[in-house]
Amino acid sequence: MSPRTDWVAHLVLCGGVALFLLPLWLLMVGATQDGSAIARGELSFLPDLRNLGIFWEVLTDKGPGGATIWHMLLVSGAMALAIAFGKIVISLLSAYAVTFFRFPLRMVCFWTIFITLMLPVEVRIVPTYAVMANFGLINSFTGLAVPLIASATATLLFRQVFLVVPDEMVEAARMDGAGPLRFLRDILIPLSAANMAALFVIVFVYGWNQYLWPLLVATDPKLDTIVIGIVKMIGGDTVTDWNRVMAAAVLALLPPVLVVLLMQRWFVKGLTEGDK
Amino acid sequence: MERRTIFAGWVLPVCLVAPQLLLTFFFFLWPAAQAMWFSLMRQDAFGIRTEFVGLENFTDLFADPLYLDSAVRTVVFCSAVAVLAMGTALLLAVFADREIRGRTIYRTLLIWPYAVAPAIAAVLWVLLLNPQIGIVAHGLKAIGIIWDYRLNDTQAMLVVILASAWKQVSYNFIFFLAGLQSIPKTVIEAARMDGARGWRRFRTITLPLLAPTVFFLIVVNVVYAAFDTFATIQAITHGGPGKATETLMLKVYRDGLINLDLGSSSAQSVVLMVGVVVLTALQFRFIGRRNAE
Repeated sequence: MSPRTDWVAHLVLCGGVALFLLPLWLLMVGATQDGSAIARGELSFLPDLRNLGIFWEVLTDKGPGGATIWHMLLVSGAMALAIAFGKIVISLLSAYAVTFFRFPLRMVCFWTIFITLMLPVEVRIVPTYAVMANFGLINSFTGLAVPLIASATATLLFRQVFLVVPDEMVEAARMDGAGPLRFLRDILIPLSAANMAALFVIVFVYGWNQYLWPLLVATDPKLDTIVIGIVKMIGGDTVTDWNRVMAAAVLALLPPVLVVLLMQRWFVKGLTEGDK
Repeated sequence: MERRTIFAGWVLPVCLVAPQLLLTFFFFLWPAAQAMWFSLMRQDAFGIRTEFVGLENFTDLFADPLYLDSAVRTVVFCSAVAVLAMGTALLLAVFADREIRGRTIYRTLLIWPYAVAPAIAAVLWVLLLNPQIGIVAHGLKAIGIIWDYRLNDTQAMLVVILASAWKQVSYNFIFFLAGLQSIPKTVIEAARMDGARGWRRFRTITLPLLAPTVFFLIVVNVVYAAFDTFATIQAITHGGPGKATETLMLKVYRDGLINLDLGSSSAQSVVLMVGVVVLTALQFRFIGRRNAE
């Protein structure tokens, strides 16, 4: 548009980028430095390149609970994937049911799902714990993942997609002899692939970053997620191995950030169109 | 809106919707109903006898200066986080929307913090502001400011606000940028022809068109600040020093799961629930408006 460079824009945007990247840079270079030097307040802006192996070494470190870092990463990954796939599958199916069929209490079902929007874990924390205890789900992987699979937002998103599928398409599929399940598999699922990709990013990040829920239902260190582990590590007043905490934090950051960066296009579109 | 073309039968759809409904019932509706029920009960000190006390838990709650303090603190905290996170994001989005070189790179570099866990954002800010190891903390000391958020109430609040707002900027940025991009270029062009420039054009043309996004984000940011920052605050200050950063969310957690006061924490849960219902209702009003446009 304008032939000259927009210096103000570059200045503001570089400031914003620095605001985000500087703490990350400090975290990464800090990981390679000497822990006791950091504790004395001698954190340097430059990495100690001889010590890059720390990101590998720290994997076998034990957290305060006794689980190793790689085990915590594994739990986080399994939890995030289970929640992401579970949520996508059951939301797809329930949205399909309430959109393409008429059955008794259909709208009651829809509103029941809808209400969960207003009941985040945080507002029903104590009784949810009681329910989990009654089911014997405390300290189990099932308890960690399954209750977070229910989702109104994902159901609403798929419903929006399904509502605009042209009637002609449904008719044509029916004339060709496709039953409801065939229609779902061959037409609706390919049609909503982009939405599923976006949802996958949002839910994976959501699952990986959980803190309150694992804190509530999993006291067994075997189920410590990496986020829980890191908060435990900095919880004590006398942290000496700051560089190891930092290295673990880098490893905790990496998977969700990579997922967002690699799937950025679908993610941004899905987020702003589907609203959360 | 309804579909015209539909499939027959009701066994299949009921089976398809069942998993979602079962999860919803057992982990959402049932606990929520229990919270309401327990909020009307009181247990004796030994947890043996439970009696019905009506709304007494609620009247006690609103007469408790500690609870009211926490409520005021939560309002201050949420407003500060929302204003800071949205203001920064809007500024960045306005410039990222301009036709400048390298804007896709800028966007990517401004979006990634969306993926950072609130608890990890806390670690990053500890690195900057911890009185012993923090780089910024050393800078503050060098210019003569006595800095220790582990002792100073105001500083503690400031740190949790900064860490919480920092993490939310990306989310707001994504929505503001989408909002700005959806404003027709012809409208901006027309305003330019009429001689509206810079700040005036932004205030009279851009901002009103962005209003639905702003309202939507206010609700999202307040909900985020009220609930999701639990991890951030817990990791940095544990609600301290004293109760200086204890928001309602930290209080309900502490009273319910540490102090095991079932009646009071259930009443607190119900109050939070009412808050979320009001905010969600507001949100849907504004989303409805946004879709209409």
